[in-house]
Amino acid sequence: MTTTSRSEARRANRPGPRRAPDVEALRADFPILQRTVQGHPLVYLDNAATTQKPRVVIDALRRYYEEINANVHRAVHTLSEQATAAYEGARAKIQRFVNAAEPHEIVFVRGTTEAINLVAQSFARPRLRAGDEILISAMEHHSNIVPWQMVTAERGATLRVIPMDRSGTLLLDQYRDLLTERTRLVALVHVSNSLGARNPVAQMIREAKARGIPVLLDGAQVLGHHRVDVRELGCDFYAFSAHKMFGPTGIGGLYGRAELLEEMPPFQGGGDMIRRVTFQETTYAALPHKFEAGTPSIADAVGFGAAVDYLAGLDRDALEAHEADVVAYAVEQLEALLGVQLIGRPADRTGVVSFIMDCAHAHDVGTIVDQEGVAIRTGHHCTQPVMDFFGVPATCRASFAFYNTRAEVDALVRALARVRKVFA
Amino acid sequence: MTDLPDLYQELIVDHNRNPRNFRVPADANRTAEGDNPLCGDRIKLFLRVQDGRIADAAFQGSGCAISKASASMMTQAVQGKTEDEAERLFKAFHAMVTAPVTNPAEAAALGKLAAFGGVRAFPARVKCANLPWHTLRAALQAPGDRVSTE
Repeated sequence: MTTTSRSEARRANRPGPRRAPDVEALRADFPILQRTVQGHPLVYLDNAATTQKPRVVIDALRRYYEEINANVHRAVHTLSEQATAAYEGARAKIQRFVNAAEPHEIVFVRGTTEAINLVAQSFARPRLRAGDEILISAMEHHSNIVPWQMVTAERGATLRVIPMDRSGTLLLDQYRDLLTERTRLVALVHVSNSLGARNPVAQMIREAKARGIPVLLDGAQVLGHHRVDVRELGCDFYAFSAHKMFGPTGIGGLYGRAELLEEMPPFQGGGDMIRRVTFQETTYAALPHKFEAGTPSIADAVGFGAAVDYLAGLDRDALEAHEADVVAYAVEQLEALLGVQLIGRPADRTGVVSFIMDCAHAHDVGTIVDQEGVAIRTGHHCTQPVMDFFGVPATCRASFAFYNTRAEVDALVRALARVRKVFA
Repeated sequence: MTDLPDLYQELIVDHNRNPRNFRVPADANRTAEGDNPLCGDRIKLFLRVQDGRIADAAFQGSGCAISKASASMMTQAVQGKTEDEAERLFKAFHAMVTAPVTNPAEAAALGKLAAFGGVRAFPARVKCANLPWHTLRAALQAPGDRVSTE
């Protein structure tokens, strides 16, 4: 592990023939990947639940608390000014990362779930009338179902669902038919956390926008894997979580077009979101602070900024190709295994492979492979309607990040052989 | 390092593969449903209680090996027991999956159910073993009820 190989791995945007990234060197950036579990090297294949953190992110958190810690947007003392600069600096990094037009189009929230709830409460709720419709898809995470059920039930509106087929592909003809003059918003998952399907969002956004319908994308499973340009996509809202892109838990972002955010009432009331308060009335602060009541998770926002810096410094095209190779290898290896059935076969798959074994329930599989140091998720993955659609109570899910390798897929396959030994 | 064979003992694997009393009795007079939303384990328990005794116990449902084997062995263990005896067994089982059994009388009462002692080393799986027993308690105390381990 030399500094040369590391800098080679990091070469960003350098012209010339693409070199395979030095994944072993990049793995050294993640302290937790060096540990063992149950006496085996950790094989972490639960990245759709949360990704691991590189040392630069952990250091940024520690440095913030050791050197800067103060509340933001308040005092005139040096620490508060530095904390504010670090917090707002992180916002600007995230703005550039998703190519939003302005930093104030990025609202810090706790994560994707809170971002979607913010849009449900502040954007949809005041606009919805009886008979209106909100359109989601058959492969949504519960966090992009329940907030819409709450708000449509309250307003006498209806939640409509874009269907999918057995491969885990949305039916676009039916999508077009579901876009009507009653549709107030399309809220769509960009990449499915349980199937790995990457939806054709650019096209779907164009079709909604052609009818004047705003679009929210749930991008929880995307930014840690792929570049996203919110302006090129043309979406109105994009929701994401730092912890699924190598940053801390407890912080995430909502991108919203300024024009829409301006019109929206605050989500929560409190400190930091006001301009002037008397007992009679309150004038709200400007964007984005209108949506950030109370002391935010400052250190985590700073850590989020460090994660985005880390990602931006990598050769992301090369890492995307590497990750796609590992995922394709996993699909190929799992398909070849006796008694293993893949759940969903999306043509455009990224990051996630869901499967079941005929000899064992997903939870037994999860427990047994853990004994071999392999961490996978088992259960319904907060997508119970997807489980119902495929007629399974639960699946095993291996989900990948750029630091995973073909050797780790081999370790999973070996661990699954042990499951067969116990049960078959 | 925890030991896998302690969890998936032969007896448990066997009851998972060939669950006993996996049927719907025509004459059940107490039923309850239990589910474990995190795992997707679901069980429906059917009892026929006659003169204060469990004359028959059977179940349906889907779940992991631990919950299925637990339901299977529970339906065997409670046959012929009085409601009080079943409640005592519930308590003994519940205690066993969280701490080793020290009382010899309790160990004797548990009998084959001791196979589930291995669950102790796998805290995430304790609720799988407990689900059928919570469902039993609901069937006896509040028939028709739904219980959830979450």
